[in-house]
Amino acid sequence: MSANEPILGGMAQTAADRSTPLLRPGNSNCGGCGMSVGLQFLSRAIAGTPVQLVIPACCAAVAAGPFPTSGYGAPVFSSTFASAAAVATGLAHVARLNGEKTRVVCFVGDGGTYDIGMATVSAAAERDEDLLYVCYDNEIYGNTGGQRSSATPRGATTTTTPRGSELEKKDILAIMAAHRVPYVASISLAHPDDALRKLRFALDAKGFRFVHMLAPCPTGWKSEPADSIELIRLAVRSGLYAVYEVFEGSRVVINVEPEHSDAALERYLGMQGRFRKSGVELASVRAGVERSWRELRARSALGGPG
Amino acid sequence: MTTELLSANHAAAAAAALAGRANRVGRGFGGGVYPITPQSECMERLCDERFDKGQVVRVESEHSAMAVCIGFSIAGARAFTASSSNGLAYMTENVFTAAMSRLPIVMMAVNRSLGPPWNIWAEHGDTLMLRDAGWVQLYCEDNQEVLDSILTAFRLAEDRRVLLPVMVCQDAFILSHTMTPTDVPSQETVDAFLPPLDLPHRLSDRPRTVGALDGPRETEVPRAEMQRAMDDVPRVYAEVQGAFEATFGRRLADPVVPYRMDDAEIALVSIGTTAATVRAVVDEARARGVRVGGVRIRMFRPFPEDTLRQLLSRCTRVGVLDRDLAPGQGGIVWSEVRPAAPQGSIVQNYIVGLGGGDIRPKDVARILDDLCARERAGKPQFVEVG
Repeated sequence: MSANEPILGGMAQTAADRSTPLLRPGNSNCGGCGMSVGLQFLSRAIAGTPVQLVIPACCAAVAAGPFPTSGYGAPVFSSTFASAAAVATGLAHVARLNGEKTRVVCFVGDGGTYDIGMATVSAAAERDEDLLYVCYDNEIYGNTGGQRSSATPRGATTTTTPRGSELEKKDILAIMAAHRVPYVASISLAHPDDALRKLRFALDAKGFRFVHMLAPCPTGWKSEPADSIELIRLAVRSGLYAVYEVFEGSRVVINVEPEHSDAALERYLGMQGRFRKSGVELASVRAGVERSWRELRARSALGGPG
Repeated sequence: MTTELLSANHAAAAAAALAGRANRVGRGFGGGVYPITPQSECMERLCDERFDKGQVVRVESEHSAMAVCIGFSIAGARAFTASSSNGLAYMTENVFTAAMSRLPIVMMAVNRSLGPPWNIWAEHGDTLMLRDAGWVQLYCEDNQEVLDSILTAFRLAEDRRVLLPVMVCQDAFILSHTMTPTDVPSQETVDAFLPPLDLPHRLSDRPRTVGALDGPRETEVPRAEMQRAMDDVPRVYAEVQGAFEATFGRRLADPVVPYRMDDAEIALVSIGTTAATVRAVVDEARARGVRVGGVRIRMFRPFPEDTLRQLLSRCTRVGVLDRDLAPGQGGIVWSEVRPAAPQGSIVQNYIVGLGGGDIRPKDVARILDDLCARERAGKPQFVEVG
């Protein structure tokens, strides 16, 4: 435990959360699902205020369960895979035209964001639509059985990269920040205070807001369900997952300083079957992490004092 | 009401704007729009319209254009877009979603050839491809009919007994870019014709998932409801025709438009503007004593099989003119008309005017000659035009 790592304190499962949860009890999600924890964070940030969700084809859509039940304590429209940000655009305009207080939130996986939905997300950001777009990134097409997406990191075995992916993960935050939207942020499921602050800010801000969360998928990552939060803690500590926010596409604020710990990185890789199987070398992963941080520091410095 | 010199593209946009403004007392109006030849003038004009309670969103693709319409519609607003050809093909996934979500979206589709070869001229295959998407489909013959059909489409789509999207189709360039004097109704009369939309299943503040996962039973029930809604469309359409005439003082065309069919033994069946050429040929043949008539199918979905069966009941020869081709089958209109023709009659398919080939009276006259000379029907026949 390092100084900048808060204690979780039962974040995901308090009685207060269960009384009016966004994701209701009894849903069908896997144990240790990072997306489910992310929804509990979002639930606490929303705190009973009006929202409308748009969820495309992904695990979060499955979590709604079959008609007439609904896993969500909020109105949801299940859109086609690539269309969440476009459907949300319509909803947001009608809310504005009618003076309604609801916030429109897209909750989308990496496949629907990095890949098939990329043009839709980019266009909605470029138009600065008034919506919050949350991408939960489990680094695979989880719902279809764990195929590679452009969020899959180098070295990860998936059902379509059985010897490990040779491609670098796409830098989605840099892409979204390049749209110069009001707010872009990454949140860590192991840093709930920071995550909650940013989710609350993102909910209340105007214009296009993008929040990214690395969301462990024990089924696809071949990890222990109980280790999901620990994996995120290691990802942050090692520098693999940078926790920061970008205002108006220029002012970059790094929220959690990593230790760039090789031990943490080694444990992160070692705790997941997807990396063990490919035998990815720590040195090569470290090189990618360092390059990302050099770029992030440079952008952070360019942003000025703000 | 004013009379303006309008292309069918501009007539469609004018009608959509009037319908959109009429819902200012409801939850407003909007839609996503994206350019494609020969539809672009419609979305351009829509972008130039002003709305007190509306928003036209310039999106990055047809797929998103329909998705934005879905967003507007599920939030209870009136929604409109326009597209054509490959744009419709790109949009298709959300075209189905709109219907299966029972959203009363209206789309103007300009019928254009699907590429390759890349061709921007008239062909009906692009919208006929979507005949099974769950949309009501209306095919128009002139600019006034396009404008009137857009207004009608909203009233029909939004009727509680229907709640299905409506596609208003018109031929590329022949209508889309041809200007004719067109009666444009006043906002007040459109307001009277189109009450504010009240979508029963709109997304509000109540927790509810629209478009949830479902098992077989929960899938077949809403599908059967769509079929029942389609069954109700002709009756509702007839009511809307009455209301339309009472409001605007002109008669809206029927789902099937016969021409000199009363004693006809021979029928030439078509959709879109081909019907106008057919009428000219019917007149010329009638003058020679040939008992021929024309049938224009205006409403292709729901398919008016009963009306067609009645109209064709005395015919011994039926020629079906298709400006489309389903390779491996033949003309799409032909394959749907065939069961409505009398048993023992000769039903011959003519594939004519693909890729905007100019269908002239002499081409239709040749088709009629061929039909009259036949001893039996053959395979779909490709007719060279021009």
